Amino acid sequence: MTDRQPVTLTPVLSRFWDDARSWTLDTYRDHGGYGALRTALDLDPAAVVDAVKASGLRGRGGAGFPTGMKWGFLPPPDGRPRYLVVNADESEPGTCKDTPLLLAAPHLLLEGVAITCHAIGAERAFIYLRGELLHVHRRLLRAVEEAEAAGYLGDDVLGTGRRIGVVVHAGAGAYICGEETALLDSLEGRRGQPRLKPPFPAVAGLYARPTVVNNVESIASVPSIVEHGADWFSGLGTEKSTGYGLFSLSGHVTRPGQYEAPLGITLRELLDMAGGVRAGHRLKFWTPGGSSTPIFTDAHLDVPLDFEAVGTAGSMLGTRALQIFDETTSVVRAVLRWTEFYEHESCGKCTPCREGTYWLAQILHRLEAGRGTAEDVQTLLDTCDNILGRSFCALGDGATSPITSAIQYFREEFEAGMHTPAWELFPYERSATVPVGDYAAGPPRSRELAGSVA
Amino acid sequence: MSYPTETEARLRADAAAIIDRYPIARSALLPMLHLVQSEDGYVSPDGIALCADILGLTNAEVSAVATFYTQYKRHPNGRYTVGVCINTLCAVMGGDAVWRRLRDHLGIGHDETTDDGAVTLERIECNAACDYAPVVMVNWEFFDEQSPESAVDLVDRLRVGEPVTPTRGADRVVDFRAMSRVLAGFPDGRADEGVGAGPRTLAGLRLARERGWEAPGPHGSDGGDRRDEAAAAATSGMRSRTSAHDAPTVPAGSADRAGAVAGKPAADREDTTMAPATGTSQPSQTSQPSQTSQPSRAPRAPRRPSADGKESP
Repeated sequence: MTDRQPVTLTPVLSRFWDDARSWTLDTYRDHGGYGALRTALDLDPAAVVDAVKASGLRGRGGAGFPTGMKWGFLPPPDGRPRYLVVNADESEPGTCKDTPLLLAAPHLLLEGVAITCHAIGAERAFIYLRGELLHVHRRLLRAVEEAEAAGYLGDDVLGTGRRIGVVVHAGAGAYICGEETALLDSLEGRRGQPRLKPPFPAVAGLYARPTVVNNVESIASVPSIVEHGADWFSGLGTEKSTGYGLFSLSGHVTRPGQYEAPLGITLRELLDMAGGVRAGHRLKFWTPGGSSTPIFTDAHLDVPLDFEAVGTAGSMLGTRALQIFDETTSVVRAVLRWTEFYEHESCGKCTPCREGTYWLAQILHRLEAGRGTAEDVQTLLDTCDNILGRSFCALGDGATSPITSAIQYFREEFEAGMHTPAWELFPYERSATVPVGDYAAGPPRSRELAGSVA
Repeated sequence: MSYPTETEARLRADAAAIIDRYPIARSALLPMLHLVQSEDGYVSPDGIALCADILGLTNAEVSAVATFYTQYKRHPNGRYTVGVCINTLCAVMGGDAVWRRLRDHLGIGHDETTDDGAVTLERIECNAACDYAPVVMVNWEFFDEQSPESAVDLVDRLRVGEPVTPTRGADRVVDFRAMSRVLAGFPDGRADEGVGAGPRTLAGLRLARERGWEAPGPHGSDGGDRRDEAAAAATSGMRSRTSAHDAPTVPAGSADRAGAVAGKPAADREDTTMAPATGTSQPSQTSQPSQTSQPSRAPRAPRRPSADGKESP
């Protein structure tokens, strides 16, 4: 690593979040806001698409599909509606970037929405915000009002005659609606279940019309690209993972929070900026991009956090949700809780995911309690093998990631589940960072969904 | 339906306003169910019948949607939903202890309500505030960095009707029905209350300011005069291509130029002899799933639900 250049943070999206009333239109304009929209409206839509393609911007919602290319998949205009849908259903465990962005600076997204609508020929955009974010909902509703009143949105955008209407739509509590086709079904007023692809949304999306679905941070990055140029953006980051992104550090770290940095920064560098793992402890395992990305260990501190390098190292960059766990943490406990999440959030459409996540949780429960059998680890792996790649969407695949990766790195902890409870091997009160008194000790009774006091 | 005439007329007018937002009426169903909760405190049989009647659906079709989503309650909710995040990160950091403390203190379990109708307790999944773990949500407002004792104090105050203030949210938490109305898309005028960002949200930005790190280019040197330019351009009707472009840039040759980046070929950068090529600077993990997509049972890199649809053509 001696040949690495020093990497620094690059606040672009976050550059004015510490302003008083950062969420208002006035503040946004103080920082050049909506300048890029003026620039874009003077450009041919195709030129805007080309600029975003040339920038190399890849989707910030996890999968990393090139944003400009996605826009380019829309069929030629046929005179009928096409739509932009912003995925603000941020729910992947560990992911906490779009929410603070929208709370602090909703106009960043709205300017990106307006530019994108111009680029793809859409007159209407929908922002699908998860329902469990009341104040973000207020901020977005208010920002749309402000932008309409100022002529950045509405029936005659900045006097150009263009119509761009934005609807803020609240979800109602379903992780699966972060999957783009489930989101579209939900936005159509149905149960949020994924659709079979193809057809892809670019061809038949919302109301079976051509639709672009992009993540909040992807769209919020568009104004900067228009403002400073594709070369500026691609000059940041790595060759195939250009630009900057929000890296969200959480867990056993001295200063958790949002760190906006070029793609390709390493966890070692980020931890150094964040004051390291909490005092007196050392890194045990971490997720590079949320719970659906295979875990990493202290052997991966120097993996450049870009799409390629993280993939080569066996995981996925995902949403740059860096959940840090120190040596006090039981990996079995952690994986069980993620598995219960997937079990709870499986929409039930596909049998391997619906049934498989249920059985995975059953097995992990007895391993956590030290009541596992000699076959349990192999049964976990077999079950994962029967889920992976066998369902409509990626939820089931994501459910297998923490399990297979954790067994790869910490198999002995799962095997210890044949005889010793996880809370004896790793007393849970030691992992807590707030005073927990007696309430962390003993069996976790984690399956208390049904209820009353045990 | 057994809503009083006046109530039904008001709900129908609100529903019409919601339907107006969408090209196709059925898209209004989710916000309309939030509207029903703003009236009845849960998705009531009357509310289901009203939605069905307005949208031309059957009661069964509306119920099928309502029961899919966890925010729609099937029995009357308390005035405050207190949700304790028990997903892995919050649980490990203390969320499990918060949950147990509240369960024992209130004597109720998941999705149960105190006898006084004040608090409905829930185990909730990740609420996108992991940097503030352990997190408790009250009517979907953030209460960051909670402990078992702070959470007990919080619910005690809710039960006696004291106003409580979220860490990052409005000046005070509104009740379940008022919250539901906002989720239905009707503003309550509280958007300007509260902070823009909590301290952890700003951790990176503050460090960057301390160390003088800026993104390369105009953003790094935000002038204070942009707004005037933008306003001038707007009033003159002249669309300015330059209003956001003309701030001075960080000199390209500056050794301190921010954004110098890992994995960039050294040729792109000044004053360096070499930078590692992408993907070669860590131990190879040959036993890891590879990025192939063969339909066999061979291990492959998992996909995950995503806004950005890796599966696009």
